[in-house]
Amino acid sequence: MKRREFIRVASVGVAGTAALGGVTTDWYGLYGNPTVDPGTDGDRVVPSFCELCFWKCGILAHVKDGRVTKIKGNPRDPLSQGQLCPRGAGGTGLLYDPDRLKRPMIRRDRRGSQEFQEVSWDDALDVVAENFEKIKANHGASALALFLHGYGGNWMRHLFQAYGSPNIAAPSYAQCRGPRDVGFNLTYGWGVGSPERTDIMHSRCLVLIGSHLGENMHNTQVQEFAEAVRRGATVITVDPRYSVAASKSAEWMPIKPGTDLALLLAWMHVILGEGLHDREYLAAYGYGFEQLQEHVKPYSPEWAYTRTGLDPDQIRRTARMMVAARPATLIHPGRHVTWYGNDTQRSRAIAILNALLGSWGRRGGFFVPSSMDIPSYEYPGYLEEGGDPVDKPDPSDYPLADEALAQGICEATIPGVRGESRIKGWMVYGSNLPITLPNPEQTARAIQELEFLVTVDVLPSEIVGWSDVVLPEATYLERCDELFNPPWRQPYVAVRQEVVPPMYDSKPGWWIARELGKRIGLPEFFPWEDSMEYAKTRLELAGLDCDVLREDGVILGEPGPLYFEEGAPPVFHTDSGRIELYSQRLAAHGFDPMPTWHDEEVEDPPPGYYRLLFGRSPVHTFGRTTNNRLLSEVMDENEVWVNRKVAERWGLDHGERVYLQNQDGVRSSFSAPVKVTERIHPDAVYMVHGYGRNAPKLRRVHGRGIDDNELITRYKVDPIMGGTGMNVNFVTFLRAADVEGAERADGREEGAS
Amino acid sequence: MNASRYGMVIDTRTCVGCAACVIGCKAENDVAEDYSRDWIRTLLTGEYPSLRMAIHSERCNHCDHAPCVQVCPTGASHRGPAGTVQVNPAKCSGCKACVAACPYDARFIDPRSGAAEKCTFCMHRLEKGLHTTSCQEICPTRSIYFGDLDDPSSQVSRLLATREWYVLKPDAGTRPKHFYLK
Repeated sequence: MKRREFIRVASVGVAGTAALGGVTTDWYGLYGNPTVDPGTDGDRVVPSFCELCFWKCGILAHVKDGRVTKIKGNPRDPLSQGQLCPRGAGGTGLLYDPDRLKRPMIRRDRRGSQEFQEVSWDDALDVVAENFEKIKANHGASALALFLHGYGGNWMRHLFQAYGSPNIAAPSYAQCRGPRDVGFNLTYGWGVGSPERTDIMHSRCLVLIGSHLGENMHNTQVQEFAEAVRRGATVITVDPRYSVAASKSAEWMPIKPGTDLALLLAWMHVILGEGLHDREYLAAYGYGFEQLQEHVKPYSPEWAYTRTGLDPDQIRRTARMMVAARPATLIHPGRHVTWYGNDTQRSRAIAILNALLGSWGRRGGFFVPSSMDIPSYEYPGYLEEGGDPVDKPDPSDYPLADEALAQGICEATIPGVRGESRIKGWMVYGSNLPITLPNPEQTARAIQELEFLVTVDVLPSEIVGWSDVVLPEATYLERCDELFNPPWRQPYVAVRQEVVPPMYDSKPGWWIARELGKRIGLPEFFPWEDSMEYAKTRLELAGLDCDVLREDGVILGEPGPLYFEEGAPPVFHTDSGRIELYSQRLAAHGFDPMPTWHDEEVEDPPPGYYRLLFGRSPVHTFGRTTNNRLLSEVMDENEVWVNRKVAERWGLDHGERVYLQNQDGVRSSFSAPVKVTERIHPDAVYMVHGYGRNAPKLRRVHGRGIDDNELITRYKVDPIMGGTGMNVNFVTFLRAADVEGAERADGREEGAS
Repeated sequence: MNASRYGMVIDTRTCVGCAACVIGCKAENDVAEDYSRDWIRTLLTGEYPSLRMAIHSERCNHCDHAPCVQVCPTGASHRGPAGTVQVNPAKCSGCKACVAACPYDARFIDPRSGAAEKCTFCMHRLEKGLHTTSCQEICPTRSIYFGDLDDPSSQVSRLLATREWYVLKPDAGTRPKHFYLK
């Protein structure tokens, strides 16, 4: 509407009042000043839960005239508690993204050519089913692998379990949280779960190691972080970057990247050396105390200084701060921890340090969660094709991996990398492998080896461009999904329901899985009419009312005891049944039974190179949201953070565009502006992950900024569980003006010859 | 609405600058593409590694002495209910005098209507009986407080009485009603 028209409409609205006053002129000053209502309140408000990240916060979606106008937090939901992060608030930017996949497509030209033909769902599903059956007949069911990320992936997991393939991998394990889960499991016999069982809200001392809460917007954790700060908790942040969390901290420890384990060992040295540990707790629950005490003797703060660059006094001071607040001291386990290849041992060290302070099972440390018991849907037993996932060809490879490894499946696809190729087909659900798995060149090689690749996605991401068949899924606001009943402070169940019908010709994941299941002769695994009927059946088995759940979004259960002191049972599922400071299992497999520093594990950057570190922006979830219109208005490109002194040495100006080139000579496809800042260690550069995208159909983000993953050509595999340490690459700067000038010159020469 | 003088208090100790306030406002108020009524500003002092940082969620200050109201030739920018500063788009000629006059750069011309735009303190919500602004409602760190500055028992009044605070550009003489807690 043009401004003049707006004024005209407005004058019609007040004409009645004006007429009463007997005034016939439209002189501005005579009108009142009505409040402008943007009219975004819904005529319907539908509770559901979010999928802009994996935290799954309860939301209330406002729908007006069939359109979602705004999304608010659901105050009843234990995770959102009525508040949302920017991504959750920007969910409509995904729903109404003009670049969304709209109809099923089949590849027309060679793989990766991005030439597709739109087809009907019947045709697309027939092709997928035919290939699934062909692979099973020729190579066995385990030759088909599933990669997944996101809650809708549950339906595909079910399909694969019915089909009989054990090769189901989430990059969120070996590329993210896996080492942490294994490290805590080895120590306590429990993982920390998701959402994590961290009692941040009640912590009196919170220690963050590379965990950038506040930029990493796990809603409940950030809420609790703020609450802890409000209540006067002492925050200690260990990070080569002055993160937002560091700015809230009593102590920022600008550690040299790669040396966190040395700091953790020095802290143990101080605590045990000064006898400040929780004696009663360790006497009651600990295993291997004497060995640990002996083990950490050489790791003094002065020793650690030579590795970490941290002032020994600061190491002593912070250790005593942790002791002063114990057991309400939480050394946060982090989430994305695949950094240097020694990640399980570093996570073990974090677990052990928490044990020395007596924080596991205690208020302000780690609470004991409980979940609502909702029986599974009763299916016939899953088909057994058998055995271990292929990424474990030899059980001695990664003996303590407890989930399939995404990069292992990728490697097992390429002949020669892990013996002969044993994976012939992939289904990829919501998981953009080219910018998720390290060494994208290897991923591309694996894709070319495949007999068949089908992708289920919402957006035309990079992996979609490589696919043979593309199935457009409805967004989280257009579909119902599996019930969500995570272990948490209070047992509860949340429902995701259709807020508006699917746009275009997109379909919900449950429908896609069911239609495929029927086509490949597995109808008995999909007896339900739709996912809501499925959910209702499960809820009835639990004695819960589906209508109440749909009305409120959640049903809450009775909280149990949260801490040992409240009567939560101190149970540890380890071999000794105790907290293993000394791990018998690690010893049995030939690994260090207690975290041990190895100087040779840390490489220094070559001269002129800087360690490449990456992290998150509060407004984005990796590359999943960078095409979102609302969110990209706040951040539409990443920057390369460079320490001011380093920038001066290079003569780089703030805002100047650079390409990055890594130690293997791989150059970024695109450039990004330099952020000259005091906030980063001079040994490192930092970027937000999810930019520099090659997918041409992501029109908003294509070519914006630099993709760190392109530069991660090396990764260091964690020998214990196969996680891929990715912070082991080094980059140098190439001025954009130079690079682009040279390219223009090359172009001219070629043109002339 | 019983309040007589609305004001906003923001706790810089807990604000993480996530911009949920910005996105939430854009959705709640249907703000034009590529424009926003609130924004995040980060202020860094010191040299590596001795640094301090303050993070601000900023918007129209609804000043007691509002230059935008004084310069508006049509009366579109006016003193609204409970001491707020409002714009009546029907009266706005889009002359931008207010945009230039605002020391906080809080105003812009909405390309759809041609009228001046800015934070309204979510007056449409307050008039419906809601007691929160959209940014306050969504804030995951609960760093935004809103209420009646004239009521000594309101949360904002109590916070200002007990915590150290500052306002932006006090020298501009605008008497802003946004307060940042140290």
